[in-house]
Amino acid sequence: MATPRVGVVKMASCDGCQLTLLDLEDELLALGERFELVEFPEATSRRSDGPYDVLLVEGSISTPEQAEQIVELRARAKLLVTIGACATAGGIQALRNWGDEPAWRAAVYPDAELIESLAHATPIHEYVKVDAELRGCPIDPGQLLELLTALRVGRRPQLPDEAVCLECKRLGRVCVLVAGGAPCLGPLTQTGCGALCPGYARACYACFGPREQANVASLGRWLEAERSGPGVDRLFAGFTGWAPPFRERAGRAMSGFGTAGAEASVPADGSDGVDDER
Amino acid sequence: MTTPMAEERDLEFSVGQLTRVEGEGRLHLSVSRDGRVAAQLRIFEAPRYFEQLVVGRTPDEVLDIVARICGICPVAYQMSGVHAFESLAGVSVDPAVRGLRRLLYCGEWIESHALHIFLLHAPDFLGYPSALEMAADHRALVERGLRLKKLGNRLVAIVGGRPIHPVSVRVGGFYRVPTAAELAGIREELRSVLPEAVETVALVAALETPVADRDTRLVCLRHPDEYPMSDGRIVSSDGIDLAPGEWREAFREVQVPWSHALQARAADGVPYLLGPTARVVLASDQLHPTARTALEATGLTLEELRRNVFRSIVSRAVELVHAIAEAVDLLDAYERPARASVPWQPRAGVAAWATEAPRGLLFHRYELDDEGIVRAAQIVPPTSQNQAAIERDLELFAPAVVELPHAAATQRLEQLIRSYDPCISCATHFLDLTIERDR
Repeated sequence: MATPRVGVVKMASCDGCQLTLLDLEDELLALGERFELVEFPEATSRRSDGPYDVLLVEGSISTPEQAEQIVELRARAKLLVTIGACATAGGIQALRNWGDEPAWRAAVYPDAELIESLAHATPIHEYVKVDAELRGCPIDPGQLLELLTALRVGRRPQLPDEAVCLECKRLGRVCVLVAGGAPCLGPLTQTGCGALCPGYARACYACFGPREQANVASLGRWLEAERSGPGVDRLFAGFTGWAPPFRERAGRAMSGFGTAGAEASVPADGSDGVDDER
Repeated sequence: MTTPMAEERDLEFSVGQLTRVEGEGRLHLSVSRDGRVAAQLRIFEAPRYFEQLVVGRTPDEVLDIVARICGICPVAYQMSGVHAFESLAGVSVDPAVRGLRRLLYCGEWIESHALHIFLLHAPDFLGYPSALEMAADHRALVERGLRLKKLGNRLVAIVGGRPIHPVSVRVGGFYRVPTAAELAGIREELRSVLPEAVETVALVAALETPVADRDTRLVCLRHPDEYPMSDGRIVSSDGIDLAPGEWREAFREVQVPWSHALQARAADGVPYLLGPTARVVLASDQLHPTARTALEATGLTLEELRRNVFRSIVSRAVELVHAIAEAVDLLDAYERPARASVPWQPRAGVAAWATEAPRGLLFHRYELDDEGIVRAAQIVPPTSQNQAAIERDLELFAPAVVELPHAAATQRLEQLIRSYDPCISCATHFLDLTIERDR
């Protein structure tokens, strides 16, 4: 079998998911022998426009340029795999989809005209066909290794599709939701993290996104009956809030955050002193 | 440092997407007939509007959100944020919690510095496009880098839950604190790799290094008793001295047309340098003795580190030693805090603080209402602050290389840019080099 040509690219994101590949410290050099990393700007100055046997895509589509780029990349990739919450669900920046994007732009940048940005930040699958995905903010290194191993030998990757809640129970943890009263989204969230947050005595915040057939209405009613304090809707307005099962409740929370007309935190202009016109 | 008008331009030089940096940017140089160079670091990373994403949120929600600004230095974002909120709320944490946070930060410095020294920057000095290709001839070196990086990541994971976007930090302390038994293994491993880190300082100091010489202002935190990390005053090589929440007294952000990242400048417009070199030079007396000895053994003076930007790899290696040695000391002294966190009450007002991310000073400022909800935010990452110094140094250094073949010139200019370890996702993304020439 020829050495597969792999590309790693990013859209709007923090680089943490592609960094996970470099964080496979024990396996990295062996992976470098079994795959040809032809495009990975974060790690190598060698570049390739493709074709790619496998293309790992991090980040959400947030600018007009990215919307064109992803279509071109898709055409040059045999298999396109999205990695992480931004690529699979839009990520934290998708919360702006409920905001007034021009107002947000004006609030962050003194001269908003200079910034190219789409009204919505959206997952890759809203633009092109995706062959496989790794969830998580960030992805789990074990799942990444499983995916690459499976691709190399030509089998389907074995990735769990059960809830964080089930994994947490099997680990024998005291339930942070029932016993601790924490607003845990573990019953709705796909696992892959090792039920991390409940292990750290805090509620799951759904960074791996909704599992199949997540019963948002049921857990929502239960949480509303059981807990006081900040509303339940805001729990969904997190790293996977744009994922369809969470989207409605996340949207309700976002309308309450009062972010539409915020003022620029940076003096607009250069009029505050040195206007360096380089 | 002014952009020549188009008709004055003689030559333009571009580097396509910059590689082995974090995020997306390009470099554009305009060279005038008299040899002056104007440099633009064109950051085109897509904006993500974090300063708006945190509006309407509670401080604890903010700590989870701002971690996502950067996959390499999420702890730094959590640390600047948590200190800001705690200073406003008047929370004083258990000394053991304070030590544990410093340990977490040491883990991030180890991971980030090892990544940069061995995987991103060393290939420039040894002439390879990547660490993977460098491994064909220098396998032991790359393996050492991976070993050190892995330990940094493991330390972050033990204290914070996972290496990227850790989950344990909260206002008042941690959600959970590790037991002494959980930390015992990593202590021995860190102790055992310390000699390798010390050797790394000698190794990078002996690399063939380009000559560059310029004066620069340095800025970092300074604390009476500790190497700069999460506490102290903001100081400069020329007399700035401010509380960590008072960054805006001496600095401000401006927008330039060629970048999605705002640039920070000192009030007088003069660029300044943040990061390992600033800290090593301004706080050399506070380096761990093991790190200081390693630096002294190289024979390099602080002045050489300050004046030659290509020597930043040495400063970074010295800090790698420091972070490992300090982590070992913190682990030796570790006693599990009696309480993981202390209760606190929200207060209206301004929460502002700066800590030392691996790449330099990271300033956060939040305005909170009576319920303790964030109403406005300003986040100033180190790379935004270093942008002006990067462009200045490119302008000084480029005349010596722009006449080289394009690939060679690009490599040298990228090596210079990598000396700053820019984190473009933080500052917003990466580098394509274009040189404009008017024939």
